[in-house]
Amino acid sequence: MSDNTLNTKQKTGVVQTTGHSWDGDLQEYTNPLPRWWLWCFYGTVVFSILYWFIYPSWPVGKGWLKGYGTVDYTITDKATGGTVEKKDQHWNTRALLLEHLSEAANDPKRKEMLAKVQAATPEQIAKDPQLMEFVRSVGKGLFGDNCAACHGQGGQGVVGLYPNLTDNDWLWGGSTDKIQETITLGRKGFMPAFGAVLKPDQLDDVAEYVLTLSNEAKPSEAADRGKAIFQGQVGGCYYCHGADGKGLASMGSANLTDKIWAIVDVPAQKTLQDKKAQIASFVAKGVNNTRIMPTWQNRLSPTDIKLLAVYVHQLSGGK
Amino acid sequence: MRHEQIETNSGLMLLLILVVISIGGLVEIVPLFYINETVEDVKGEVRPYTPLELRGRDIYVREGCYLCHSQQIRPFRDEWLRYGHYSLAAESQYDHPFQWGSKRTGPDLARVGGKYSNQWQVQHLNAPRSVVPQSIMPNYPWLLQTDLDYSDIVGRMRALRWTGVPYSVTQAEYDRNVKTFGKATADLLDINQAQDNLLKQARDRDFDGNPSRITEMDALVAYLQVLGTMVDFTKYDEGYFARFR
Ligand code: HEC
Ligand code: HEC
Ligand code: HEC
Repeated sequence: MSDNTLNTKQKTGVVQTTGHSWDGDLQEYTNPLPRWWLWCFYGTVVFSILYWFIYPSWPVGKGWLKGYGTVDYTITDKATGGTVEKKDQHWNTRALLLEHLSEAANDPKRKEMLAKVQAATPEQIAKDPQLMEFVRSVGKGLFGDNCAACHGQGGQGVVGLYPNLTDNDWLWGGSTDKIQETITLGRKGFMPAFGAVLKPDQLDDVAEYVLTLSNEAKPSEAADRGKAIFQGQVGGCYYCHGADGKGLASMGSANLTDKIWAIVDVPAQKTLQDKKAQIASFVAKGVNNTRIMPTWQNRLSPTDIKLLAVYVHQLSGGK
Repeated sequence: MRHEQIETNSGLMLLLILVVISIGGLVEIVPLFYINETVEDVKGEVRPYTPLELRGRDIYVREGCYLCHSQQIRPFRDEWLRYGHYSLAAESQYDHPFQWGSKRTGPDLARVGGKYSNQWQVQHLNAPRSVVPQSIMPNYPWLLQTDLDYSDIVGRMRALRWTGVPYSVTQAEYDRNVKTFGKATADLLDINQAQDNLLKQARDRDFDGNPSRITEMDALVAYLQVLGTMVDFTKYDEGYFARFR
């Protein structure tokens, strides 16, 4: 190192060297650390000691030091249903979560609106524009997180698999109460397979009859034979679909008299022959263990479910 | 010891560096071997995976699902609202290795069990965009086409038993499981019945919708459907789990 790059302090020997030299003349200065840096360092040491006192830190034996920091929160007591105030729980993220959930100052608007939803009847909610706006915005999020994967982002569903929730045609009933029940308990579509009971020409006849119910087919001799099967003991379709074919909400059986099809994609078929074939093959297979609407009572709170029911109800125009 | 002695003796310096840096690791890791108060007491509700679920878990790891999905719900308000109850240490106590993770290209899966039907899971794994049009998850069509290899299930369970997972081989271990988990579950954890249990669960539940074959899909869906379902949170006050942190 040439002499003229040394500063005055180094030249005058104020700064010491480490005392050893390599390769004959290679020496190392021990410059003092800048003062600001040192103070920052001492600061972090003090901080860490305070931290040990306030937060859970050192392991000791089978447990650990809990620290002196505390959290207060309010929860519902499962045994009595009343609220319990818990004071001075040692600080940790789980207690902090409970505090965030129970603190009145946290998200007061949402809490107030949820309480209103909980207290109001579906009709009252529908009449209150401010509440409906809340239901639409929160419902959209809940629906997106939990329902959209099956029923589609807008609730339009997939023919044959997941029902359309926007068409005002319901398997299990379209009142807000019924929808709430559907979401709470879940539903399981069931229709027996008729492939072994009915012969192919009988399946064909009953399909023709089903199509007359929604005016897709005109009355014919085949349809009359189908009617006998539908309304008689052989098919026994009336038992679930009703003698008028309008379906029974208590069984989740489809209304066969309207132009809306939940499972058999009739509108997509061009010829009557194709429509009949689709229905016949569906009736032969039936529905067993495939069309399952999961239960949500263990996943969503009763208020969330009620809010979702109102949300789903208004998707189809809210009639 | 002088500065110079260490600096001029690289073997000694290496040794001393190792000693210094291992202190940090030891302080953090060693206590975990004997602190058991952080594992919540859930009264035997969390059981090890059945043989079929275990194979499903292996496939989950093989396919790298963890590269996009975490399995740990953090105790934050937004996660609570979206996914449900935060994950407990007890819920992954039999996972080797655990699937917690922090990479969330897709949603957290810690509580996905029971959220969807088997049929949805099968369709979604086979072709995600057929149910979620905007999904960027890859298709896994081979799961439905590949027969499940369960020939080595006994070895897999024995290996896990060796790490402390309570699968049973001896009568004494079986009796212990009956006590902790009840007889029905203890039977499922019995390594001597592993193959029969696997075949029975796959046939009875027919997860993939094809009763004539036992495919990798059966196993993976069986695994997904049990995730996060073992602890019944209605039994515990919300404050109960805060004590374990
Ligand atoms: C695993 C897919 C799946 C998910 C997720 C799902 N559903 Fe369903 N849902 C179904 C199926 C399948 C049916 C039809 C059941 C049947 O065939 O009877 C259904 C039926 C319904 C019905 C009754 C429709 C009618 O015509 O009566 C409503 C309402 C409904 N779902 C709402 C929801 C809501 C709200 C959510 C979210 C909390 C949701 N679903 C999540 C699959 C699902
Ligand atoms: C045990 C009760 C039951 C019987 C008996 C029954 N069904 Fe059904 N059917 C249902 C239910 C429930 C559904 C809706 C299934 C679902 O949503 O998962 C349905 C759906 C249908 C559909 C599809 C409707 C659509 O919107 O796509 C047709 C068509 C049908 N049934 C025809 C028949 C015929 C024909 C018979 C007699 C041969 C019959 N059903 C007997 C319960 C029954
Ligand atoms: C490239 C990243 C990626 C990989 C790899 C991946 N996923 Fe996904 N996954 C996603 C995304 C994004 C979503 C959300 C959209 C959707 O539902 O498809 C998702 C959704 C899911 C869901 C639905 C979760 C919910 O609550 O709605 C399940 C279950 C799932 N994935 C399972 C798996 C399994 C099992 C594997 C491995 C075989 C896997 N994923 C691999 C990205 C991925």
